[in-house]
Amino acid sequence: MANTLLKIEHLTKSYDGNVILKDFNLSVRKGEVIVIIGPSGCGKSTLLRCINGLEPIQSGVIKLDDEIIDSKSKTITKLRQRVGMVFQSYDLFPHKTVLQNIILAPTLVQKRDKKEAAAEAEQLLDKVGLSDKKDSYPRQLSGGQKQRVAIVRALCMHPEVMLFDEVTAALDPEMVREVLDTMLELARQGSTMLIVTHEMEFAKAVSDRVIFLDNGEIIEEGAPQTFFNHPKTERAQKFLHTFEFEHIK
Amino acid sequence: MDWNVISKSIPLYWDAMLLTLKIGWIGVALATLIGLVSAVVIHFRIPVLSVIFKIYIEIFRNTPLLIQLFFLYFALPKIGIKISAEVCGWLGLGLLGGSYMSEAFRSGIEAIDIVQRESALSLGMTDFQVMIHVILPQALSYSTPAFVANIIFLLKETSVFSAISLMDLMFRAKDLIGLYYNTAEYLVLLVVFYLIILLPVSILGTVLERRLRYASFGT
Repeated sequence: MANTLLKIEHLTKSYDGNVILKDFNLSVRKGEVIVIIGPSGCGKSTLLRCINGLEPIQSGVIKLDDEIIDSKSKTITKLRQRVGMVFQSYDLFPHKTVLQNIILAPTLVQKRDKKEAAAEAEQLLDKVGLSDKKDSYPRQLSGGQKQRVAIVRALCMHPEVMLFDEVTAALDPEMVREVLDTMLELARQGSTMLIVTHEMEFAKAVSDRVIFLDNGEIIEEGAPQTFFNHPKTERAQKFLHTFEFEHIK
Repeated sequence: MDWNVISKSIPLYWDAMLLTLKIGWIGVALATLIGLVSAVVIHFRIPVLSVIFKIYIEIFRNTPLLIQLFFLYFALPKIGIKISAEVCGWLGLGLLGGSYMSEAFRSGIEAIDIVQRESALSLGMTDFQVMIHVILPQALSYSTPAFVANIIFLLKETSVFSAISLMDLMFRAKDLIGLYYNTAEYLVLLVVFYLIILLPVSILGTVLERRLRYASFGT
């Protein structure tokens, strides 16, 4: 496939004998937005963690361009700079202000000039509507604000792929929207994104491709319109059915 | 109570206090350094080194300072290593304290949520950078109460220094009592001078704990 940025081949991941991902294959094109859905425990979070080299894998290959992502290799810190990740729980550093959170890695890891990094951070914060919060500490922010800062913090490293691991799962419904809007905007700008989410309407709107995962295997994948309106497999139909309430009335 | 005796002895106690303070704080500084290094080494499970540090902690945490000092001061010269009483003092205190500090810092490091480490790693930081910039600053604030308690404990332990003929406060008091028999006066002075050393630490510690309580940064 042309412009393949991320390629996963025959990935197998297990924990103490429990297989989490079985012979998993996936190609992600540059600029593609992929939403991964599935019941909890299906391996979707583990998949993202493997892509970021946070989990050792048992077999298979994960490649970013032509470089192999291996959690144990010496080059993993270099590769992680090219993959941004936002987690479900608030992962901001509590002892640093919003601005310090954002520019820590760019100045420390990429050795960028502090002023230049701060200028970019402020620009990005402005885009997500948080420029007035740059000197606040994380505990002074709402959940939605924290997640937007976490997104900005990842973006400031100029990653080639962004991974989102249920970033709205711990948020109040009103705050979910502001975070999703930020992600939609990123998608519009052409970022390559892998998104694990339970927000089905959002998934429909943002994705180029939907992957339905169960028991560590891809059960079904396709364009969002096809997948959500006419799921082929019984398992996917059943899963999507749990998000509908019309039939109850 | 003979106030004349007391006022005449104050300069003598003052000199002894300065010595106690000097050895005590060098010991505390050494203990903090050893504690930090060993906590980090044990946390990362660095091969060989972490085992050495674990053995060290168990030995020094489970033997009295007096015996450690005797060992440094009387036993080591027999195998050709001669160190002055003063060095024995702060070295012994540092080694004993290091084993306590290590546990205090380690529990702080372990209190930090794993997602802090992972999110820092995902930004491309190395394990060492994560430790220095993300984990330790937070861990130290969790460790502060235990850290301050250890400092107070170590400064109090200096009272055994007299056993290796260091002219600290305890030595001065015993010396004067032996010479002049004004037991009450000299003991009162001893208590007062220890309070002069320790009360500021205690008060400062409480202030510090309140400011850093549970890593509540930004309030």
